[in-house]
Amino acid sequence: MEALLASAIGLLTAVGIYLMLRLRTFPVILGLTFLSYAVNLFLFVSGRLAVNAAPIVGTTDAPADPLPQALVLTAIVISFGMTAVIMMMAIGGHLQSGHDRIDLDVDLDDDHGGAQ
Amino acid sequence: MSLALIAALPFVGALLPGLMIRAGRTACAAATGAVTLLALILLAVEAPAVLRGEIVQTRIEWLPALGLNATFFLDGLGLMFAGLILGIGLLIILYARFYLAKSDPMGQFFTYLLLFQGAMLGIVLSDNILLLLIFWELTSLSSFLLIGYWKHLPEGRQGARMALAVTGGGGLAMIAGMLILGNIVGSYDLTVILQNKAAIQASPLYLPALILILLGAFTKSAQFPFHFWLPHAMAAPTPVSAYLHSATMVKAGIFLMARMWPVLSGTMEWFVIVTFTGLATMLIGAKIALFKDDLKALLAYSTVSHLGLITMLLGFGTPEAAAVAIFHILNHATFKAALFMIAGIVDHEAHTRDIKRLGGLRRLMPVTFSIAAIASLSMAGIPPLNGFLSKELMLEEAAHVTWPNPWLIGVLATVGALLSVGYSFRFLAHGFLGPVRDDYPHKPHDPDFGLWAAPAFLALLVVLVGLLPNQMLGWLLNPAASATTGEVVVAHITHWHGLYAPALWMSLAAIGGGFILLGGYVRLRDLWEAAPRPEAKRIFDGIIEPLADAARLVTDIVHNGSFSRTLVLGVLTIASLSTAAFLTGAPHSTGTRTLLPADPVILGLWLILFVAALATPFLHRNRLVALILTGVVGLLIAPLFALFSAPDLALTQLSVEVVTLLLMLLALNFLPKETPVESGLFRKLRDAGVAGIAGLGIGGLAYAMMTRAPAFDPISAFHWAQSKPGAGGTNAVNTIIVDFRGYDTFGEIIVLGIAALVIYALSEALLRSPAVTARLAALPRNRESADRHPMMLVVATRLLLPMAMMVGIYIYLRGHNLPGGGFVAGLVFAIAYLMQYMASGYDWSHARQRYDHHALIGWGVCVASLAGIGAWAFDLPFLTSGFEYVHLWPLEEFELATAAIFDLGVFLCVLGAVLLALASLSRLALRTGERPNTTAHDLEEAR
Repeated sequence: MEALLASAIGLLTAVGIYLMLRLRTFPVILGLTFLSYAVNLFLFVSGRLAVNAAPIVGTTDAPADPLPQALVLTAIVISFGMTAVIMMMAIGGHLQSGHDRIDLDVDLDDDHGGAQ
Repeated sequence: MSLALIAALPFVGALLPGLMIRAGRTACAAATGAVTLLALILLAVEAPAVLRGEIVQTRIEWLPALGLNATFFLDGLGLMFAGLILGIGLLIILYARFYLAKSDPMGQFFTYLLLFQGAMLGIVLSDNILLLLIFWELTSLSSFLLIGYWKHLPEGRQGARMALAVTGGGGLAMIAGMLILGNIVGSYDLTVILQNKAAIQASPLYLPALILILLGAFTKSAQFPFHFWLPHAMAAPTPVSAYLHSATMVKAGIFLMARMWPVLSGTMEWFVIVTFTGLATMLIGAKIALFKDDLKALLAYSTVSHLGLITMLLGFGTPEAAAVAIFHILNHATFKAALFMIAGIVDHEAHTRDIKRLGGLRRLMPVTFSIAAIASLSMAGIPPLNGFLSKELMLEEAAHVTWPNPWLIGVLATVGALLSVGYSFRFLAHGFLGPVRDDYPHKPHDPDFGLWAAPAFLALLVVLVGLLPNQMLGWLLNPAASATTGEVVVAHITHWHGLYAPALWMSLAAIGGGFILLGGYVRLRDLWEAAPRPEAKRIFDGIIEPLADAARLVTDIVHNGSFSRTLVLGVLTIASLSTAAFLTGAPHSTGTRTLLPADPVILGLWLILFVAALATPFLHRNRLVALILTGVVGLLIAPLFALFSAPDLALTQLSVEVVTLLLMLLALNFLPKETPVESGLFRKLRDAGVAGIAGLGIGGLAYAMMTRAPAFDPISAFHWAQSKPGAGGTNAVNTIIVDFRGYDTFGEIIVLGIAALVIYALSEALLRSPAVTARLAALPRNRESADRHPMMLVVATRLLLPMAMMVGIYIYLRGHNLPGGGFVAGLVFAIAYLMQYMASGYDWSHARQRYDHHALIGWGVCVASLAGIGAWAFDLPFLTSGFEYVHLWPLEEFELATAAIFDLGVFLCVLGAVLLALASLSRLALRTGERPNTTAHDLEEAR
């Protein structure tokens, strides 16, 4: 089971970074969302995996670690706030400049590949 | 408490000018003055005890583990400096009110001034040297803002940068020196350090500590060879120059030398370094001042020279010389502040400070001239003014120094005094005497009372102190000098030291020589012009520019405007560093923790998640599909949380995911629906490679972590054990959020609220731009459904609303003991409202909404704060929660916890933030030409 979660975390990170390397705002934001998933899961599993051990007093004697859960809970909400803000920034950038490219216009042949 | 309050007042008060400027410039200045006056009154309350020789102390534990405490103490020296800072500060505020032009942002000016004042007060009041260092750096930073106040002037910006580089750099050296000193003594408290002279001077680290500390003091006080920043700082508005360079900033270095005098002085090293640096500064400053045409530049170099004089006196290492230094600090502050203000008045009236274009002002500006005459004659050391008294005493002390031979120091000091007479006379003679000219850039005349009141008051002090030195200043001078030297000093200042005192003849020589200098000025000037001389600014730029170029080069390589390049570099750097650490670290072995067996349900979830995530990069050009795939992944994480014993996370993830998806869908309206093909195969492979490396690294790290037991015992055992007895809840996750780590949560909801306000502000700014609204109106419209607000949906959401709310309240109430809580409840409510908006459209729903979203956020933060502050009533720290079990017939026994009030704040804040984000997007949507809906659903409209 640990291998399953570790591979999922790895895949989410890779997809997140790949999307963040695109040149338009929307995929970058999606990439950031993927990366948040990965980070949140990573923080969560730092409490180690446990089944049927929700940290509720009286229901179990060997609870899952509650601290990473509490930290991830706030992290999920904060990721939401962050995503909403950059989404608004992306909209603003698009409306103000008429395009949704993320890079300044520099070295077009260097970083943007040949297909610019 | 009072001392900390004095130091804190200007910082707190710095908020006032920005607010009061709305009520006008006079109100703004008055508010600033009131803050300063209040601090001065508080200081005066402490003064009688200090003047009796007591030491007033305030101690607030801050970071005791680091030896950093907010401890303050006030002795004679601190009292004198604090009095100078606040007293001169008050005059400067008055002067600046009339000096600044209407176009200058006065609120900003006074805010910076108060920040600076607070930092200076902190330096002179600190008992802890670490605290002193913090204030020391704050003076560098706030003076940077003041010197660069006229941002449109390149000289202002350059001068500010140079001052920051020099004084800030010296400050860094001083930090090192102070740390060594603290280590030698074993305490960072000044009061303790000052008792340990023998230990410090016997230490092998004495010399390095001395040099490092002196570097800080010398750079701040513009001692040679660091003197060059001070004249460039003259690009600041004159009130700033008058404040920083008469009584405060540059005197901070002097203060430090005086403060440390009891433990650092008395050695040969101290004598040689300090005396000769001071002497060289005095001579060089005075010589350059003689040939400056700009009134302010002349005064700047004369300040350098006088600072050198004071430093030299401190360097002699005798209590008598130190007492004279203290006396001269007071005198110099009075006449130099007045002179700077005079230079400002001349500039204000004649529109030039160039001495070559002035002259003859005596007749045109009689009041200004009288003040200038008193102050500059005092600077020259003409009896019976106060400058004469301290200069004569200085010469007397210099004459008694016998190292390296009986006459060298005395002669050089006399030369310094002579040059000083020369430039003082020149200031007066070339600026004010002579015939009235008819080519001033602007016809000068005396300014209004407001502008000359402050320098006139100072000139009055110059005369009074000069005539009655012991009566006027003895009460302050003696305690200050005693505090500096650590011995009881009773100064007896006289005008006449007798015919056999060397000072008399040295003084006469200086004054006579000064006249000769003035007489032969034209010829001297030619010599000066012909002689080559190093330009300090060019040398400084020569050092700084290559550094700046190197920094720019690195920045351009790392961040050239391409986000992907920065990201690739970042990922590769982290990956290679971690790989290096992995390879060079302890040999890796497989983990020993017992693993969980694979479960078919989880395997199924994992498969869907894997496929959806993997498909996203391939299908991402169609943004709607990409968004749906993202949503699938996010929603799948929720059951994973649930299955791995985190029901709270599952609830939160589920509700957050729904809200995020809805908002992103809405946002997609304003963005292109497709991502064009822009990357070639090579680029795609490169990106996939970089992403793969990162994924492998993080995945491997996660696996390695999960297969091992934690290296240290997790602290959560405490939370688990205390959840019920300590916080009164059985849900350990919730008790951590609302109780154990409530402060984190408090910060978090504030961040969330700010994020929502930022979104609102962004939309507001966008809507104000005509280009944006034009683009909004021209956005390609989606094919619109004929049934935009279907009746079925409207009815269903109406029915769901109360039920969803009930669920939300239930989740909120049970949160303390079972999975749930304010976060999830807020999100459930938000989703229920979002559905109304979706079903009936923004306008219709918004018109029926009674509560403002901003207010919800505000109330949320207030309620949470009140829950925290409530603890104070029971003498408990902020956010300590209490709980009580209540039995109320016919209900079962239930619990009332203050944490529930806190959680209510969380709930309100989350709800408000989500709704505000939605409202902001909807406001944009209204500008796209969308038909506003006036009815709840389309059926009525069709009728």
